[in-house]
Amino acid sequence: MATSPSAHAGEHADEHGHADHRPSPYDPRRWLFSTNHKDIGTMYLIFAIIAGLVGGAMSGLLRWELAEPGLQVFNGQSVLGIVFGNEHNYNVIMSAHGLIMIFFMVMPALIGGFGNWFVPLMIGAPDMAFPRMNNISFWLLPVALSLAVLSMIVPGGSMGTGFGGGWTLYAPLSTSPQLHGGPSMDLLILSIHVAGISSILGSINFIVTIFNMRAPGMTLHRMPLFVWSILVTVWLLLLSLPVLAGAITMLLTDRNFGTNFFNAAGGGDPAMFQHLFWFFGHPEVYVLILPGFGIISQIVSTFSRKPVFGYLGMAYAMVSIGVIGFIVWAHHMYTTGMGLELEAYFVAATMIIAVPTGIKIFSWIATMWGGSIDLKVPMLWAIGFIFLFTLGGVTGVVLANSGIDTVLHDTYYVVAHFHYTMSLGATFAVFAGFYYWLPKMSGLKYSGFLGGLHFWLMFVGVNAVFFPQHFLGLQGMPRRYADYPAGFAHWNLISSYGYVITAVGVLVFLAMLLDMFVLRRRKLNAAENASPWGEGATTLEWTLSSPPPFHQFSELPVIAEEKHH
Amino acid sequence: MKIGRIGSAVAQALILTAIGCGFAVAQTVTGPVDGQIGLQPAATEVAEDIVKFHTLLLWIITPITLFVLALLLYVVLRYNRAANPTPRKFTHNVAVEVVWTVVPVLILVFISLFSFPLLFKQEQIPPAQLTIKATGNAWRWDYSYPDQGVDFASLPLSEKDATSQNRPFRMAVDEPMYVPAGVNVRMLVTSNDVIHAFSVPSFGIKEDAMPGKVNETWFNVPKEGTYYGFCQELCGTYHGFMPIEVRVVSQAEFDRWITSKGGELAAATPAAAPAAPETAPAETPAPAGAPGR
Repeated sequence: MATSPSAHAGEHADEHGHADHRPSPYDPRRWLFSTNHKDIGTMYLIFAIIAGLVGGAMSGLLRWELAEPGLQVFNGQSVLGIVFGNEHNYNVIMSAHGLIMIFFMVMPALIGGFGNWFVPLMIGAPDMAFPRMNNISFWLLPVALSLAVLSMIVPGGSMGTGFGGGWTLYAPLSTSPQLHGGPSMDLLILSIHVAGISSILGSINFIVTIFNMRAPGMTLHRMPLFVWSILVTVWLLLLSLPVLAGAITMLLTDRNFGTNFFNAAGGGDPAMFQHLFWFFGHPEVYVLILPGFGIISQIVSTFSRKPVFGYLGMAYAMVSIGVIGFIVWAHHMYTTGMGLELEAYFVAATMIIAVPTGIKIFSWIATMWGGSIDLKVPMLWAIGFIFLFTLGGVTGVVLANSGIDTVLHDTYYVVAHFHYTMSLGATFAVFAGFYYWLPKMSGLKYSGFLGGLHFWLMFVGVNAVFFPQHFLGLQGMPRRYADYPAGFAHWNLISSYGYVITAVGVLVFLAMLLDMFVLRRRKLNAAENASPWGEGATTLEWTLSSPPPFHQFSELPVIAEEKHH
Repeated sequence: MKIGRIGSAVAQALILTAIGCGFAVAQTVTGPVDGQIGLQPAATEVAEDIVKFHTLLLWIITPITLFVLALLLYVVLRYNRAANPTPRKFTHNVAVEVVWTVVPVLILVFISLFSFPLLFKQEQIPPAQLTIKATGNAWRWDYSYPDQGVDFASLPLSEKDATSQNRPFRMAVDEPMYVPAGVNVRMLVTSNDVIHAFSVPSFGIKEDAMPGKVNETWFNVPKEGTYYGFCQELCGTYHGFMPIEVRVVSQAEFDRWITSKGGELAAATPAAAPAAPETAPAETPAPAGAPGR
């Protein structure tokens, strides 16, 4: 346990070792009762990998079903028919895929995982401000995931087990006694409540840590951009999650205690749920991408061996994306009949987001401009991210226009758009960060060949999955259909082939991990122990040993004027 | 693009012949065409504007994406470690920062010049000669022609029926919605249970069917033919199986159809739009928490 006062190592790489009283990894108390930000970060990352594999397998079922017209999987007769009997099960898997990827993969990886690991290291703090709260933040997540999985196997309603109303949980589908009268939706509400509490506690922890525990000289304007990105992200979570918690609590009371918040027959308004949901939901999508922005900034700077271009512009672009992110929510609701004036406002507000996003894209390129670029694995992912995120961003500008959204809303164009920003954007940022910091976290080397192969397979695969979906959307293919007319067959098949390529990429990722941690276990040599990435890596975590001592910065580092970000 | 267009023309011709053989009524059939990469052909003026606006946007976003790609490739080739062993250290350049802030703003202002007029055209409903109400139910559409006194339910054809009638499965319905060509149609959309969405892509319309609320939109289709649409808001298990089929026919044929449905031909079609939409019957399911869970 993290209590031994002698368990200290200095901030210098060569001081680790005997003083680093790292408890045995085989002692369950080290993990269950952990108050160490690095151990908790590791647990978050492992949790995210497991959830990502589960959510990714679910998307495989969806692509299998959609590979050709007709019902092949969710039809009661297939191999999986015993479990997945009808179209309701398709909807259940689709809903669970979304929720798992958002709440149990991307958020734990970026905020809980990398945030926990590297915010204290980057600001020169010994740990998070509230280590025990950090522990409960993590351990609430497996509870939430268990509730979500349980929700899939208990009665949902007249159509079978599980909740099939999408991750958006729109009322009155989610409150319908016929369609979702069973306990499944109630469990899902509780799951989101618990996951939300976990995130709120984590957010408070990060805010207090970043505001109070920076090393001497580490002013806000000298913080690495990754720390800035986490700071903005956790503010978004802190301000938006309570709204979601309120909205789903109203769902719960509508379902169980006879209230009529969203029931039109009782004087309620279903559109109100959408307003509340998206008041959370839109900031949430920036929650998923902003930490990625921070990671990409660190990586681009490191591997270009050049300081970040336009540091303040980059930091405040993230702040302004966060602020504007709160006033654009109803662009998800153009077709609900909200009226001309509101639609016009939300069109204008939404398009403005393109400006700070453009500043970020061009500043990354300007950071590389004139640099000395090392195309190592993390940099491949980062460059892939910049291109794919640009592609997902420009289709966002198209969708921002209510006039066009009238045709594209709830079609596969939207699916393609948000997967380009999330599945390709956020996930590429996760992998970029993973390959960037993995040697730091483990002290081991990974195979650059397997990492590169993983990148190229994923890059080709996800593009093959999602680029054709733009075409499907333009042709009018609706989202969330278990089956579709023959007119959509061609591109759906291509999309499903793309999934196979992506899945092979994920297997290569697992092979990379196996090779790194089990088969070869190559340690970083002494010369590159602190920083395998050379002089471009200037943030504080690269001044420590790899893996860092169990407790670091017992003597606080002092940040000099010129030595920042 | 060119190959795509030729491909689409061929595919469309094939589909037309295929469907034309079995169905003499429909002159044109507009729905998804396999392998196509663009929007469906526009059937209304609004949809034409949407297609034009989308083409304009495509001409803006494609060069931007390619520009970013080109910059990335350039920096990777020009400034990689071999080509440029010593990195420069600059971190600011006010001129380019101003440019990449101001130019996107100008582009967005330019886009809005086209975006807002389109939005106004869609949302400002002109005087209509015909009013149709579509009511979503889990899982079928009910249509009602209040001025003619025609009400009916519309169910999708089974695979067997669709095949035997040579009509597209998952799109064709037993009772299509009929409208006369060249007439402003006011479409009222509501729901009896959960939220659905009434959409016909080639008309450029999509309106959520909300319980307890009547949304409205409009269209005017000059060309006779059959047009297909979908429910586009997740409404439960058979969300995918409540398609929309619209037959646009001549006024005479429309009148015959109204009569065959037992409706009355409206005496004089009023030029002005009828009164404001009434509140929906709000026949939502039994209150939440009802017994029998």
